[in-house]
Amino acid sequence: MTAQRANKEEAAGTPAPAITKAGAELLLDALEEQGVEVIFGYPGGAVLPIYDAIFARDKIRHVLVRHEQGAVHAAEGYARSTGKPGVVLVTSGPGATNAVTGLADALLDSIPLVCITGQVARKLIGTDAFQECDTIGITRACTKHNYLVPSAEKLSTIVHEAFHVATHGRPGPVLLDIPKDVQFEEAPYVSRDQAVMRDCITTPAINDRQISQAVDLIRRARRPVFYTGGGMINAGKAACDALRALARETGVPVTSTLMGLGAFPASDPLWLGMLGMHGSFEANSAMHDCDLMIAIGARFDDRVTGRLDAFSPGSRKIHIDIDPSSINKNVQVDLSIVGDAGAVTAAILSEWRASVKENPVDSGRLALWRAQIDQWRAKKSFSFETSKEVIKPQHAIQRLFELTRGRDVYITTEVGQHQMWAAQHFHFDDPNRWLTSGGLGTMGYGLPAAVGVQVAHPNALVIDIAGDASVQMTMQEMSTAVQHDLPIKIFILNNAYLGMVRQWQELLHGGRYSHSYSESLPDFVKLAEAYGGVGMRATTPAELDEKIKAMIDCPKPVLFDCVVTQEENVFPMIPSGAAHNEMLLGGKVTGDEIGAEGRKLV
Amino acid sequence: MTGNAAKSLSVYPVTSAEEATGESILAVIVDNEPGVLARVVSLISARGYNIESLTVAETDVEKHRSRITIVTRGTPSKIEQIKAQLGRLVPVRRVIDVTKETDAIERELALVKITGRGETRVEAMRLAEIFRARAIDTTHNSFVFEVTGAREKINAFIDLMRPLGLTEISRTGVLSIRRGPESD
Repeated sequence: MTAQRANKEEAAGTPAPAITKAGAELLLDALEEQGVEVIFGYPGGAVLPIYDAIFARDKIRHVLVRHEQGAVHAAEGYARSTGKPGVVLVTSGPGATNAVTGLADALLDSIPLVCITGQVARKLIGTDAFQECDTIGITRACTKHNYLVPSAEKLSTIVHEAFHVATHGRPGPVLLDIPKDVQFEEAPYVSRDQAVMRDCITTPAINDRQISQAVDLIRRARRPVFYTGGGMINAGKAACDALRALARETGVPVTSTLMGLGAFPASDPLWLGMLGMHGSFEANSAMHDCDLMIAIGARFDDRVTGRLDAFSPGSRKIHIDIDPSSINKNVQVDLSIVGDAGAVTAAILSEWRASVKENPVDSGRLALWRAQIDQWRAKKSFSFETSKEVIKPQHAIQRLFELTRGRDVYITTEVGQHQMWAAQHFHFDDPNRWLTSGGLGTMGYGLPAAVGVQVAHPNALVIDIAGDASVQMTMQEMSTAVQHDLPIKIFILNNAYLGMVRQWQELLHGGRYSHSYSESLPDFVKLAEAYGGVGMRATTPAELDEKIKAMIDCPKPVLFDCVVTQEENVFPMIPSGAAHNEMLLGGKVTGDEIGAEGRKLV
Repeated sequence: MTGNAAKSLSVYPVTSAEEATGESILAVIVDNEPGVLARVVSLISARGYNIESLTVAETDVEKHRSRITIVTRGTPSKIEQIKAQLGRLVPVRRVIDVTKETDAIERELALVKITGRGETRVEAMRLAEIFRARAIDTTHNSFVFEVTGAREKINAFIDLMRPLGLTEISRTGVLSIRRGPESD
C-alpha cells in the first residue's frame, strides 16, 4: 500500500528515487516522530541492528534493565505517571517470553505500551531456530493487538498504527515482532500523516439523550454514589477535574477502585475511601445501600463486587465505559454510556448545570444520606492498634505519608498486604501518583515501575512501598536504578512472611502456614550496599521517623528494611462469597466467617 | 441475606435467575490478515464460549475482507458478551447477530460417503433423490453424495443414511445471509 503511494509520487514528481533506509532506522524514525523520549530495553541477537541504530542517535534515551519483565513494568510506570505510552525493546525467544508477565499486567490494567521484540530472520521462522519462539502466538492473549512485521516497507505504517491502537479506546499493550532481516531491509519511510491506518478503535459520539437520562437519574436519587476506576485516571487530568466539579456540584459522594485512587482528592469531605475487599466500611456500605450507582471507567471486578447476587441490590446503575465489552459483563446496568470517561463526565456536568439553572434541586435532598454516611465513617474501619515496642505496618505507612507532605511524591507498590495498607493509609489528592498492579496482581511490579516513574520525573520523590517477598521478584532492577542515577526509595514492610498468603491461610485454611514463611531472607541493608545503593533499617517506632527522613533526603537509591509486626492482618475485609454489608472489621477472627462456597471463590 | 429483603428499584433482578440458552449465528467481518482466525478462535476458547460450527473464507478480495460464520450457544447476555468481545479485536470490522438482527437464510453443505451393494445401495439412491442430494462420485460399491440445506435437513439425511452403509461425513458448517435486497 505504502510503496504504491511512494511509487505514484515518484512518477508524478521528481524522478529521483525515494530515499530508502534500513528497517532499524525506519523504526527509530517512527518512534521519534511519535514523540518517544525513552525506551526500556535489553539487547540480544535478534535486535542488534536496532541497537546499532540507537547507538548512532541521541534523541531517544535508552534505559538498560536487568530482566525483560522489569523493562515492561518500568514502561508501565512511565506510562501511568505521564499519560504517554511506554516503549519496550527486547530480543526474540527468552526476551519475548520474559516480557509476557508485564504485557499481561498492562493488558489487565489498561496501560498503553508499545513493545518491540526481535524475531529470527523470516526464512528461519518455523524452523526452531536459536532463540526462536512463536511470540505472536504466545502474546496474542496478553496484548491488545500484535503484529508480525512482514517487510521493511510496511514497518513505519505498522509502528504508527501500533501507537494508535495502544492509546485509543481502552488503552493497552501492543507488540511488534520484527524479524532480524526486516531490520536490515531497505525501504522508504512513511510518516504518521501519510500512513494508511485502518479505521480501528473508534469511540461513539456522545448521545445527548443518554446524558439527560443520567442527569435525570442523579436529580431524583436520594442515596447516590460515584464509583470510579482506572478509566478515570486514563482519561486524564481534565477528566478528573470534571469528576471533582460534578461531585461537588451534585453533592454525590465518591468512592474509587484500587486503580482509580487519586482521581478524586482523598482530602475532600465527599471522599468515601477505596471500596472492595479491603475497602472502607463507608464506601462498601454506601455501595450496598445506594439507590443510584454511577460507575465511571470501572469494570465491576470480583474484588470490588464481592458476592454478585447481593451486590447493591436496591440501586439503579449507570455505567460509563469506553469498552463496550465491560458493560453488562458482570453486573447488569440500567443505563450504559459507551464513551471516554472524561468526555461523558464533562457532558453530564454541563447538562447538570443547565438543568439546575432551569429547575433548582433541593439542597437538603441528600441530608439523610450524608448523615448515614457519617455514621458509617464513625466506625473508623481503617483504625488499628498501635504499639510502642514494634512497628505496625499501618503506622509505618501513616508516618511515610505524613513525612512526605509538601513533596512531589509518586507511590508504586508490589502486591499483597503492604499494597492494601498503602491504599488505605497513603492518601492521594491527584491522579497519576499511585501506581499499582490491580488486575493481574503482579508481585515484583513496584520496583521496576518506580524506575520508570523516576526516569519520567527525575526530581520527584518516588517510593516503592514493598513487601519482603514481592521485592525479591524483581530485585535485580536495583542495579538499573544505580546505573541510571535513579534515586528510587524502596520501603519494605518486612514481616518475614508472604503476608497476604499467610492471612488467607489463617482465615481460610485453619492456620496451616504452608510455605508462606520467608526463610533465609537476605540482609536488605547489605544487599543495598552490594548494589551500590544505600541500605537502612528501622526496627522500633521510636527510630522510624528519623530513618524515614534520612531515606527521603538520601540522593541515592535506598532499600529501607522496615521490620514490622509479623502477624498483622489487613482489615476491614469482605470475606469471599459475602456481600458488601457483611464486612469483617478486624479484631479477633476465628476463620468461621468464610463458608465453604466462599473458599472456592477466592 | 439482609440485602435481598430490600425491594430492587432496578429493572434487572438482583438474583441471577437462569436465563434460557439459545443458539445464535454470528457473522464476523474481518480483515483477511495472517492470524485473524487464530485471534477469533483463541478469544472464544479463552473465555469459555461454545462453538458449534465455524466457517471462514475471503469474501472481498479487493478489500481483503473475510466473513467468519460462528454458530454458538448461550444466554442472551452471554451472546452479547461474545459480540462485544469479538468487537474489541482490531482486525474485526463488524459483528452481526444474524439470528437476532436480521431475517436470515441458513445453509450448510455436506459430503456423505455410503458403501455397500444390493438393496441398501438402491435405497440410499432413492433417499438421496428425495433430499435432492447429488451423487458426485460413484463406484460399484460406493457413493459420495453432496447435500445442501439447513442443518436439520442434513442431520435428517445423515440419520437416514446411517443404516445404509454410511462411512464418512464432511460438513462445511453453517453459512448465512440476510433475505431481501439489503445487505449487512
